[in-house]
Amino acid sequence: MAELLFFIVGPLAVIAAVGTVALRNPFFAVLSLVVHLLALAMLFMLLQAQFVAVVQVLVYVGAVMVLYLFVTAYVGGDADPRGGSGPSLRWLSYAIGASLVVLLAITFIGSGLQAIDTRGAPYDPELGSPGQIGELLLSRYLVVFEGSALLLLVATVGAVVLARRRRGVLPGEDRTISALDLFAPTGTGSMREGVGAINPVPGAIRARITPQTGAASPPSAEFDDGDDDGTEDRR
Amino acid sequence: MSIGWFLAVSALIFIIGAAGLLTRRHPLMILLCLELMLNAGNLAIVAFARMHGAAEGHVFALVVMVVAAAEVAIGLGIVVALYRNRVAVDADELRELHG
Repeated sequence: MAELLFFIVGPLAVIAAVGTVALRNPFFAVLSLVVHLLALAMLFMLLQAQFVAVVQVLVYVGAVMVLYLFVTAYVGGDADPRGGSGPSLRWLSYAIGASLVVLLAITFIGSGLQAIDTRGAPYDPELGSPGQIGELLLSRYLVVFEGSALLLLVATVGAVVLARRRRGVLPGEDRTISALDLFAPTGTGSMREGVGAINPVPGAIRARITPQTGAASPPSAEFDDGDDDGTEDRR
Repeated sequence: MSIGWFLAVSALIFIIGAAGLLTRRHPLMILLCLELMLNAGNLAIVAFARMHGAAEGHVFALVVMVVAAAEVAIGLGIVVALYRNRVAVDADELRELHG
């Protein structure tokens, strides 16, 4: 039964991986990767890693792939560019890929897999249970556990900093930090400012956001960025 | 079921991911191929954990997943920032990463 399931799921994982690499539309490539990750979760089940399989489905297929789909939809999902720069570089990359395949074939045809051609350790019902993994995480691998928590925090803050809307710096201009930044109007850098509700950018659509009473301000105020430093640091 | 079969699948997936990483030029596709390679590594780790009957490998696989999630968050943040600032979809044209 395990063999039957393996020979259904293993080729499915490989085919989905090929589809991820070969499909030119990034949206379909992401969907192919979802199939691949689900097949891998089933392979984890066959290897008695129930907890890892569940985490794979929850975290990867559930969260990470949704993030991928959102970003693909956000950036438009243009097809992969063809041609262009450096044909010699491109042929070199194809050659390296082909040589990796040759290397793998040599390893398999040779006796490289003799040493690991084993059915593995005897069956242990406790292997891979959440209790055992949790015990390991909180005793022997506690530093790793805390380190990965810190890594996730840093990644979260970094992603927010990278993807937020920047304000006040023109391309090619270094931003100098002045004391006036302390007195910047409230909401600077927020999503409300991003849609032009406060500190309006000239030309932005904001009539439907600001109330009509606020539209009575003189037109010169459109070019005032709100802080009193006399500059117009619009985007 | 021999462990070698799982390792063969893992090696195949890793090579597919590596070849895609070298040949694709869309930044999103490069991240996807990176995911393939990380997952192939995960499969090998879990296969060896089954071979030795030790749950340490599962802990390693979970840590790899955490690192992959952090990498995805940062990588997609960079992609979004790139699309905000310019319209290039070619990683070859993004050699300089300042400002």
